[in-house]
Amino acid sequence: MTAGTGTASASATQERTDTSSAPTGTPLLSVRNLSVHFPLKRGFIVQREVARVRAVEGISFDIYPGETLGLVGESGSGKTTAAKAVIQLRKPDSGSIMFDGQELLGMSNSELRPIRRKMGMVFQDPYGSLNPRMRAGDIVGEPLKVHGLAESGDDYRTQVSALLTTVGLSPGMAERYPNEFSGGQRQRLGVARAIAAKPSLLVLDEAVSALDVSIQAQILNLLQDLQDQYNLAYLFIAHDLSVVRHISDRVAVMYLGRIVETADSKDLYENPLHPYTQALLSAIPTPNPRLEQSRTRIILQGDLPSPMAPPSGCHFHTRCPIATEACSLTDPDLRQLAPNQAAACLLATGYDAAPSPVSRV
Amino acid sequence: MTAGSTSKSTPLLQVRNLRTSFNTPDGKITAVAGVTFDIHHGETLGLVGESGCGKSVTALSIMQLVPNPPGVIEQGEVMFDGTDLLKLSNKEMQAVRGSGIGMIFQEPMSSLNPVLSIGRQITEPLEVHLELGKAAALDRAAELLNMVGIADSRQRLDDYPHQLSGGQRQRVMIAIALSCEPKLLIADEATTALDVTIQAQILELMKNLTSQLGTALLIITHNLGIIARYADRLNVMYAGKIRESGTAEQVYLNPAHPYTIGLLNSVPRLDRPATDRLDPIPGEIPDPSDLPTGCAFRPRCRWATTQCEIDEPSLEATGVQNGRTDAQPANAPALVACFEANAVATSIEMART
Ligand SMILES: Nc1ncnc2c1ncn2[C@@H]1O[C@H](COP(=O)(O)OP(=O)(O)OP(=O)(O)O)[C@@H](O)[C@H]1O
Ligand SMILES: Nc1ncnc2c1ncn2[C@@H]1O[C@H](COP(=O)(O)OP(=O)(O)O)[C@@H](O)[C@H]1O
Ligand code: SF4
Ligand code: SF4
Ligand SMILES: [Mg+2]
Ligand SMILES: [Mg+2]
Repeated sequence: MTAGTGTASASATQERTDTSSAPTGTPLLSVRNLSVHFPLKRGFIVQREVARVRAVEGISFDIYPGETLGLVGESGSGKTTAAKAVIQLRKPDSGSIMFDGQELLGMSNSELRPIRRKMGMVFQDPYGSLNPRMRAGDIVGEPLKVHGLAESGDDYRTQVSALLTTVGLSPGMAERYPNEFSGGQRQRLGVARAIAAKPSLLVLDEAVSALDVSIQAQILNLLQDLQDQYNLAYLFIAHDLSVVRHISDRVAVMYLGRIVETADSKDLYENPLHPYTQALLSAIPTPNPRLEQSRTRIILQGDLPSPMAPPSGCHFHTRCPIATEACSLTDPDLRQLAPNQAAACLLATGYDAAPSPVSRV
Repeated sequence: MTAGSTSKSTPLLQVRNLRTSFNTPDGKITAVAGVTFDIHHGETLGLVGESGCGKSVTALSIMQLVPNPPGVIEQGEVMFDGTDLLKLSNKEMQAVRGSGIGMIFQEPMSSLNPVLSIGRQITEPLEVHLELGKAAALDRAAELLNMVGIADSRQRLDDYPHQLSGGQRQRVMIAIALSCEPKLLIADEATTALDVTIQAQILELMKNLTSQLGTALLIITHNLGIIARYADRLNVMYAGKIRESGTAEQVYLNPAHPYTIGLLNSVPRLDRPATDRLDPIPGEIPDPSDLPTGCAFRPRCRWATTQCEIDEPSLEATGVQNGRTDAQPANAPALVACFEANAVATSIEMART
């Protein structure tokens, strides 16, 4: 399979010189041709591989210091798997992950340890991801202990108090247990723990998805403040495309394990070039009844195909409203179609042909 | 569709002063604290609000499905098609649930029986409520699956729920809910667990089928976009009460309750240019067993006065709508439960110009 291995990444490095909004310098994280497969094994004594879920298949992207890359796509498209591979929670099958100038693939656990400190992660479930038997202060302070970042007991407590304050909780809450916090407060604890060891990259996997909108807005503001304050880079995974637009500098859209479009946030939302991105954007109802009355929507037919047996050619051809015969035969590479935008579609062209599905009012 | 015992001009559903509470170890929770609203024949009403505000308990109360204990419907009337559902026996209520009101929940896996084929689950209500024979029920079941967009419907009747995707399960739920042509369909967070592309499929399907069949639809969701797209009118709930009620145009384009305004400002919007920062409602939802005195929104409200601490505002037409710029699309004025509604609307109007 050669597909999806296009080198045009979220910010194609070669084209960088002629772009205006793209960040400069070297990427903090540079992922190339990353693949993660899950073998499906059968058999009692001798296990044979009977199938393979190609959860992530040859994806490439860069994240620069202090910026946010949004990762979107339907359930099962491989977002979490990609994120886990990046922070070394799951071993990739192939590819390259350069972080802070070092290749992570092939490193031993002891070599990885100091690097892990530089990467934090916040998960979706504010309930499930915190140990219910640990006090809030110890949850937040755990990374300080693991990485030996506190000089004394006093220093530890000072740092924990400062972390709680940073995320908008009061230091007095350190003694409480997770069940004594609301959902939004628990997510603040999750953020505090993730930034405790002063990472340079945070992976946020559906970190605000389970929250009510008023609390979600508070956490999004907090994340933006922390980013400004500490020059944090974010890999922000969410299925809510309006949230992703709000927080991301650039966005990569995944479909069945591949990145099918990547662009500066503004370009992606104003001029989506891939038919899948167009359908995704047009599927989102906006809180605007007048606009909703007048908008025509692209309603995709059918479900996401099984990643164990993805469709031939372009993976999207079974649901693509404009697919032609060629689409089931040829697997499109990501092509650079506009200065900061690349799409993996045989028929996609530059801006002229792509009206925004959400025309503003 | 058979004519109801009431005329078309009488609302299909009239909920009056509904009050439902739970006795929990932490104390009494009044989940629905005096809710009044109508649903007219064939219309789509939205019920929107953040988690815990009482949306589901309102729906469960209408359907008489509130778990008891710990739940009690303390007072109120639920007039459906001329009958007060709160006065019906279990058996009579079961008939209403089968054929008068259909309901779809968020998690189709828990509302479908995992050990029964989906064919059996669709034919059962047809046999019970419409008294169809086995063969006729099977034919109808296949038709229904077809109607909700499941291909090879004959073969799929033998499938079990786990063999279907989340979207397909929700389609089956819609087929079951609509099988006896109810006059009202209640969809409680029915698409919340689904991907946006599947969510769009299911919502369009629900909207098209209910408008074809003349079924009224109550859409319950925390998603402001879904209501804007599909609902004719909406009720905004907070802490067990309806705080604002009106047509989608009224409430979205000229919100008058501080909570509605706060909700609309909290969400990043694809229909507007990107903003640097969101403007969230400060604070958190109050503890339901320990609500603030007066207006329950007060601790988070930037317009609160001392009156708000003492008295509870009721849902009223405030005359605010006179100052509104848009033509009144419906005869009924928007209703707002806020002492400061006039001042709020004026300041919003001024900020806009
Ligand atoms: N441990 C595992 N073993 C086998 N298959 C897996 C495993 N983890 C994930 N997969 C499969 O890999 C694919 C990608 O899964 P992943 O969790 O990365 O998706 P996602 O994009 O994060 O979806 P969601 O939006 O639902 O979180 C899916 O088909 C999933 O079923
Ligand atoms: N079975 C129950 N036992 C105790 N409290 C309940 C029960 N069901 C709901 N509640 C409480 O009632 C309130 C309203 O809940 P609900 O209607 O489910 O909210 P939502 O608006 O999210 O649907 C909440 O405070 C909730 O905790
Ligand atoms: S390559 Fe063909 S099937 Fe794939 S997205 Fe483009 S038009 Fe659609
Ligand atoms: S009644 Fe008072 S506290 Fe309640 S929403 Fe209105 S101004 Fe705010
Ligand atoms: Mg995931
Ligand atoms: Mg609910």
